[in-house]
Order: sequence, then structure tokens, then C-alpha cells
Amino acid sequence: MRHIINLVVENQSGVLARIAGLFSARGFNIESLTVGKPFGDETSNMTLVVRGDDWVIEQVTKQLNKLIDIIHVTDVTENDFVGRELALVKIACPANKRSDASEIANIFRAKVVDISNRSLTLELTGSESKINAFLETLKAFGIKDVARTGPIAMLRDSNVRPD
Amino acid sequence: MTGAQMIVHALQQEGVRALFGFPGGAVIDLFDQLYDAKLPFYLTRHEQGAVHAADGFARASGEVGVCIATSGPGATNLVTGLATAHMDSVPVVAITGQVATHLIGNDAFQEADIVGISRPITKHNYLVRDVDELPRILKSAFYIARTGRPGPVLIDVPKDVQQARTKKEYPSSLDIRSYKPKMNGHLPQIQKAVKAIESHKKIVIFAGGGVVASGASEELRELSKKINAPVTTSLMGLGTFPETDDLALKMLGMHGTEFANYAIQEADLLIAVGVRFDDRVTGKVDKFAPNAKIIHIDIDPTTIRKNVEVFIPMVGDVKRVLREMINLVEPKDQPEWRQQIMDWKRNHPLRYDNSNGRIQPQYVIEQVADLTDHNAIIATEVGQNQMWTAQYFNFKRPRAFLSSGGLGTMGYGFPAAIGAAIACPDQTVIDIAGDGSIQMNIQELATAVTYNIPVKIIILNNQSLGMVRQWQAMFYNRRFSQTCLRKNVSCPPHCDGSGDNCPTYVPNFTKLAEAYGAAGFLVTEPKEVRPTLEKAMNTPGPVIVECRILEEENVYPMVPSGEPLNNMIRGMA
Ligand SMILES: Cc1ncc(C[n+]2csc(CCOP(=O)(O)OP(=O)(O)O)c2C)c(N)n1
Repeated sequence: MRHIINLVVENQSGVLARIAGLFSARGFNIESLTVGKPFGDETSNMTLVVRGDDWVIEQVTKQLNKLIDIIHVTDVTENDFVGRELALVKIACPANKRSDASEIANIFRAKVVDISNRSLTLELTGSESKINAFLETLKAFGIKDVARTGPIAMLRDSNVRPD
Repeated sequence: MTGAQMIVHALQQEGVRALFGFPGGAVIDLFDQLYDAKLPFYLTRHEQGAVHAADGFARASGEVGVCIATSGPGATNLVTGLATAHMDSVPVVAITGQVATHLIGNDAFQEADIVGISRPITKHNYLVRDVDELPRILKSAFYIARTGRPGPVLIDVPKDVQQARTKKEYPSSLDIRSYKPKMNGHLPQIQKAVKAIESHKKIVIFAGGGVVASGASEELRELSKKINAPVTTSLMGLGTFPETDDLALKMLGMHGTEFANYAIQEADLLIAVGVRFDDRVTGKVDKFAPNAKIIHIDIDPTTIRKNVEVFIPMVGDVKRVLREMINLVEPKDQPEWRQQIMDWKRNHPLRYDNSNGRIQPQYVIEQVADLTDHNAIIATEVGQNQMWTAQYFNFKRPRAFLSSGGLGTMGYGFPAAIGAAIACPDQTVIDIAGDGSIQMNIQELATAVTYNIPVKIIILNNQSLGMVRQWQAMFYNRRFSQTCLRKNVSCPPHCDGSGDNCPTYVPNFTKLAEAYGAAGFLVTEPKEVRPTLEKAMNTPGPVIVECRILEEENVYPMVPSGEPLNNMIRGMA
């Protein structure tokens, strides 16, 4: 199964190397890794996506917890969570196709962030499946480039699910 | 205070009794401070010797062992020793010099990224970029090394940081928010374990290095007596339970006793204490203890459910958890099971053939044990010498058997014995060695002689890399590829070991001892073993006793790699 694991870590040099080293030494796979500093310079937040059976995930979380610089490990997939990715997509788009493209953008609530004679760049946030569907739809235009973050995730406190 | 002064100050504050190390350009400022400091310093002849000595000091005393090396090659020479300490959870602090901060990353002279290199073989490590951080880092390093599941911590200190001044004080206490080992067991789990003990009839306790680290031998004994459960130990757990006790099963696993392995395979409840279920212990893991539910107590949550399925996991300090269990459990007996164990012990003892007129290695170990009343501190090298010691010494107490269990480092024993002798000056310290391993750190004879450290080295000389040769003899059709240590240029490329004109063995260990200013004795006849050992014990300073043992003796019993524990090859009748 695919698990999303949130980490709060001390913002020390070498933390990323420790995490990467742990995964390579023990033969676990990281599917994606996102790093940010939402609370100032002292700590960083990381979101890992890891694939594995229960045994692998149990070992991954325990081994991460054991690293001295890691303050907190949460496997958000064990609970209800909101997961979001960000994608930037550049499509081939001559002037006469712009309105088609913006219609699709509207449906997905994507934003146009750059425009040229030949191309259009769109920005979309959403769940992984929404972004997959968006990319699928844009294939008709010809996708020239994609930049895509891995997911970041947060536990839900409510049981309400707007999407 | 300068950074270098702060390091010396920290070592004194931490109560460090001995330092092992080797100087160089990147630590010259630190050594300059050590010149006047009242800290006993032992100059080894190789940095590997320093880190193993620090490790031996730590294992024998329970204190943190400390070693110091310069940048680049000095630091990389520590690698094997750090990995050795890491695998066996030994508290060591290693301080390395590093090139000045402005040169880091430039491939400067004697620069090596030791923090990167040692990351997977230390419990934690630090590169100190700012002298103001040094006090906190030093304090954390000692704290992390000795608490929780102990382990080595490396601190890399650039030369300019050693020279820079700081106004910071050495902290008296410490709070690391991301590091809080869980000491107390979870009461409901302990109660569950106690219930399980009450309802089972073939209970075995399996104790490992965690019992040594936590100082829980007394609790182990109490629990065993209270519920009449036999105790087997891993290599790392040797001595946590007196091996001459009726309830002692001695070591289990690949070269464990038959009775320990039978007991494991028959047990209905296994209480595993401070162990990690290494493959040398379990054999084929899905056939390990097939009839038993497993209670697993360990301070490190990652060891639990790593290799075997566990019925009742308990994370905590084993001393505390065992104490709770003893308090809660009702006394019980398992008379039929005890009888079964007695029968196994009587019918399948450890044994060897003593009839060929040659020195048997097992006999040498028995004589050493008898001569020291099973009370000496015994270090071993790696291979057959290590297994025979584990099998035949009959250890009575913890911290008396020092051996590289996890990494299996040849060359560990002798420097570790030096460290142990410095830690425990009133005890007899002996290194049981193979003729291959001893040559890996033989240069430390100079250390032993110059500091007058009375380590006795007993070389079981089978003139080969015996343990590897044993595998070649048993599983590789006697193709003795590079395991004969007599082989020279005049030998045929292939030799199955039965040559009549074998070259003389190199080196001459007696002369080697003498060259270093130590005493050396050669023993070739069984009847000389005891008197020579006595003579060695009564000779002051370091001594080498070389015993020419039967070359092709193997270690039995043996569970071939990947087989279940009850598939033992017994060797002789
Ligand atoms: C540094 C190192 N290199 C290689 C090995 C592989 N190895 C394990 S046992 C052994 C033979 C050891 O020979 P010796 O020290 O003579 O001991 P014996 O087995 O003969 O008692 C070897 C080469 C090892 N454990 N450590």
C-alpha cells in the first residue's frame, strides 16, 4: 500500500542525507519527498510517500523515529487526511486553441500562469487523482513539460469531505 | 575558552578515565591541550587500535569509551571500529579533527567527509561548524552514546573551530526534544506477559546484549528462578546468566549447544530479552521456535517484529521491565520441561575428541577457564577461536566476554583487551586469538608493552583462516582457496591440506613478541598447555602464548546457514 508520512525534523545539515541513507541502506523506496519550513528556521516539515506492505511501513516509521534529528513521525494514511499536490503544465497551444484550453482549465479550476504564441502554462493544485485526470485531458494538446510536487498532507479533524 | 580547551573540559566533566588515539595536523591544537591535561592518554599504533580499545574499555566497564583521530586517513581508520561498536551497541565517542571550515568541500589536504562516511555506522554524528555549538554537541554526544540503546557517536571538529574562542559554558543538563528513549514498559503488556507465563509449560528465556547494556543480569536470574525457566543466550548475552547453572542452556544458534537449540525448537513460550534475532541465532527464520509464542522486550522499537513475529512486544529498559514482571508473576515450576532439558543436557553435551595426542583448542579454553576460575575478562578475535571460547569457557558474569558479534571484526580482540585491562586494572585480561586475526592489529603490542598493560594473548594457531577453511571443507569440496597461512610461492596452486612438505609458518610469534619487548611462549604438546598458561599468568606485562593446535579441527555443533536450528551437524560421535 501507498503511505503518506509526515515528518517534523530539526533543521540540521545532514537530516535529508540521514533519511535518504536510511531508505537506501534498508532497501525501502521513497516515491516522493517534499520539504518545507512552515514554522521558521528551526524545524522543517517533510512529506514522504512510501510504498510497502504493513511490515515495511512499520519498519519505516520506527526507523525514522529512531533518527535523532526527527522530532515527529505521523503516518497520515492511517487516518482521514487531506492530500494535495501542485502541478505546472506547459502545453502546446497556438492562439486559436486558447479558448479550448481555458475551458478545460476552468473545469479543473486551474490557473493560467504563462502564455506565449505557441504555448500555455497552467497551474493546478489538487488530489493526486485530480492532477492525473487533468494531465490526461491535456494530452490532446501535446504536453511539453510538467513540474509536479509530491503530495503534502494533513489530518482532518472533521468527518466532512468537501471533495 | 578555545574549542580545544572546551573538548578537554568536556572530557573531564564527563569523568572520562582514559583516552585512546593518534595525533595529526587537524587535531594538533587538541593534542596541545592534552599535553598538560590530567587525562590518561594511550597512544595506540593505529587508529583502529584506538577505537577498538575504546570499545573494549566501554564493554568491560559500562562507561563511554573515547578515542581521538586526525582528519582524512586518521578518521577513515576508525571506520571498522565504529561499525563494530554500532553493530554491538557499544557506547563510544569518537572525536576527529577536520580541515578548517573554509576548506571543507575543497578536497583539501587530508580531507575526508567522515560525517558522511560514518553516518550509517554511528548512532549519531556531528560536524561542528561553530565553536559556540561545541559544548552542547559534546554533551549530547555523551548522552546519546550511553542512553537508550547505546552506540557510537562521532564528532568532527574543524581545525579553526578548535582554535576559536567561545564564551559558552559546558551545559550541566540537557534536553533533546527529538530523543527520548522509552524506559518504562507498558503495564498492560507486562500483565499480558505474566498471564502468558502462567499458562505455558515449556518456557525458555533468551537473553542478549541488551541485558548487559541495561545491567539486568540480576533480574534475569531472579525471573528464571521464580518461574523455573531455562536460559539461553546469544553470543552478546554470554555471562548474563551463569553458564554452570542447572537452568543454563548456554549459547544457541549456528554454533550453539544442541540442548539450547532443541529447547528453542520445542518451547511453547519464548521470553526474548534484549536481543535482535540475528540470522546466526535463528537459522531459517520461519522455522525458528515453531511452537513458541514470543514475548520480546527491547529498548529499541525497531528490533521488535524486524525478523520474527512477536506475540507480546514490550518496549522499555529490560531491567525495569523484568523487575515489573518478577513483581507480578506467581512462582511456578515446569518439572517435566526441566526434566526434558536435563536429559538433553546429559545426552547431548558439548564434546570433542581428545584422543589424538594433539592440542585441542577446546582443551586450551577449558584450561584457561579453570586457571582463572571462570572469572577473567576474555576478549576474542573472530572465527573458530571465538566460537570455541563461547562454547567452552562457561562465563559466570556479564562484561567478561568481549567479542565482535554483529560485525565479526578480525583484529578486534587484542586492542579491545588492552582497553578492558585499562578499564579494570585489577582483573586478568586475556585475548583468545586465531593466528589470522591476531595479525590484523598486532602492532598494538607496542602499546601494550610501552604502557605495561598485562594482556595475555593466547593464539590458537591452526596455521589457517580456520573458520573459512571449515566452510570450504564442509561445503566447498575442500577447495582451500587462500585459507592456508603456511602457503608460499613453492606450493602447488591447489592443495587440499594434506601436503607433507609444508613451508614453515610465518611469523614466528615468540620472536615477534620478543621483538616488541613482550614475552612469548610456544606450546606444541597437550601436557605443556597448563604449565605454560600458568607461567604466562605469572609473567608480568603482555605475553603471547602460541598453541599449535590440531590444524583441521572444526567447530561443532553447526547449523548450516539457512537451515532450521534442529538440523545440526554434530561432528564427532
Ligand atoms: C576483517 C575481517 N576479514 C575477513 C573476515 C572473514 N573471516 C571470518 S573468520 C575468518 C578466519 C579467521 O582466522 P583466524 O583468525 O586464524 O581464526 P580461526 O578461525 O582459525 O580460529 C575470516 C577470514 C572477518 N571476519 N573479518
